[in-house]
Amino acid sequence: MKLGFLVDLNLCMGCKGCEVACKVENEVPLGTWRLRVKYIDIGTFPDTSRSFTPLRCNHCESAPCERICPVSALHYLENGIVNVDSSRCIGCAGCMMACPYGAIYMDPETNTADKCTYCAHRIESGMMPACVVVCPVQANIFGDIDDDTSHISQYIMEHQGAVQVRKPEKHTIPKHFYVGGGNQTLNPLAQQRLEGYNLFNNVTHLKHIGNPHESVIDRFTEPFRSEEKLDNRSFMDFDNNAHESHEEEGGH
Amino acid sequence: MENTIHATQAIVTLDVALPGIIWGWMITLNMWAKSVGTGVILVGAFLLYRHKKEEMPNLRWMMPLISFIFLNIFLLFTLADLHHPYRMINIFLHPHWTSAITVGAWMASLFTGLITVMMLIGGFDAYPDFRKNCGIAKTVRGISPFYEKIFPFVVFLAIPVTLYTAIIMAESSARELWQAPAEVMQMMWAALLAGSAGLIFISGSWSKESRKDLALVLAIATFFSFMMYMGEYFFSFKSAEAEATLAFVHAGGEYNVEFWFAMVLGFIVPFFLAVSNMKNDNKTLLRFAAILALVGLYMAKDVWLKIPQMLSLS
Repeated sequence: MKLGFLVDLNLCMGCKGCEVACKVENEVPLGTWRLRVKYIDIGTFPDTSRSFTPLRCNHCESAPCERICPVSALHYLENGIVNVDSSRCIGCAGCMMACPYGAIYMDPETNTADKCTYCAHRIESGMMPACVVVCPVQANIFGDIDDDTSHISQYIMEHQGAVQVRKPEKHTIPKHFYVGGGNQTLNPLAQQRLEGYNLFNNVTHLKHIGNPHESVIDRFTEPFRSEEKLDNRSFMDFDNNAHESHEEEGGH
Repeated sequence: MENTIHATQAIVTLDVALPGIIWGWMITLNMWAKSVGTGVILVGAFLLYRHKKEEMPNLRWMMPLISFIFLNIFLLFTLADLHHPYRMINIFLHPHWTSAITVGAWMASLFTGLITVMMLIGGFDAYPDFRKNCGIAKTVRGISPFYEKIFPFVVFLAIPVTLYTAIIMAESSARELWQAPAEVMQMMWAALLAGSAGLIFISGSWSKESRKDLALVLAIATFFSFMMYMGEYFFSFKSAEAEATLAFVHAGGEYNVEFWFAMVLGFIVPFFLAVSNMKNDNKTLLRFAAILALVGLYMAKDVWLKIPQMLSLS
């Protein structure tokens, strides 16, 4: 079994449903992403068209991130998924330097590398990845590419000649395919980032990797600190928050 | 696709923020300190091959001492750059041998251990009256011949220790500017440059001939480092991402000024100072050249580390 992904860009309408579903399913912290949808405008007004490109980990068969990881935190599952073991990750960011698709980020809450795992935990339970389930136009197609009868294999066969992967020259053998993409949508060097979105513009750069309030010394003292850590769940504790604020106001 | 044609231009209108510089100044300092730590051993071995020990009286203990100090700076910043420094132990408990980070960490640890032994033997031998009755000092002095026995192995090990970062950069397949053959040579020249510069500071009492050799190594290393950078800067590897990265710097973008400062102050000026010193021995000028070379090397490494990280990968 070798799990693969295909996105039909002709169908994608840029609703970002997959992006949101991924965020919720995997509790992806603010400012980081496992899956994102990029908007690209082609042409000049009024003769323009907008295309949408969902971008996620390619689960390469020859994954540079797996090769460079010094502690096997990034490893292959039997179904071909490139998985992350955050409890083993040392946070060297080697994988971020190795991934040609920029699909790995440093989780600011755990300070470990993270990325799309094709929702490996859902696959294990026989479910589809969250982004596949939520897509209103079925632009995301997921399945076993080793099985010729699977939907994804048949889709690839039907669109022979129009199926592409990103950066094939890197010889990473991605297991993530696109139908309906062009150079302008799949090649970042063929796109311009103007003011505010510029390739080398500070505005588009995160000023930090990891916790913005954490210094180098904090990294060493972290295991000995006892203060409660912020996580996504703390924002969902509506009842307690409401109760506290009510008391502060001297309410009844 | 030619994006200067109106009909084909593609503009990103909505996207997430780019992560920016991931490996920053700590990695630069890490590489720079490692170049000094390994370089003094390589250049020291060359000098010991060419000259008698008596011509360089303090080399036997100062060489491993300098190496020890800079290797520890290198290890400290390697650790500090990790988001989970204490999990460094996982490299030894769960090693993944396809990673140059793993292989490098093991080699660098072994190298630092051997350098520590050499430093202790060299130090206690240089000062025979220091802690004369101390048990540890006695033991270390007792294994004094061990220094000469392990030295050839340490010199041999210094080469992969100084080069493994080039392999890490080669494994960083997202950064096309870092090409293995060029990086390997860059690292080698950097070690010889930093090693000769490091030893210049302790060469005050050495013979003129040995200091002349130090100046020669510095001159050759600065010359070839400069040539390597020029070759890479102006004639990139015909890969799209390397071309895009350099096109930005060529156009006067960020790090352009730092790069040229590094080339002039770090390589060109020290080259001429070192060459002139081979004719007329001037300790002060040679030290000045060493300082410039070390500062320039740091700046050059810093630019080369950061610029490919500014490219959008997706």
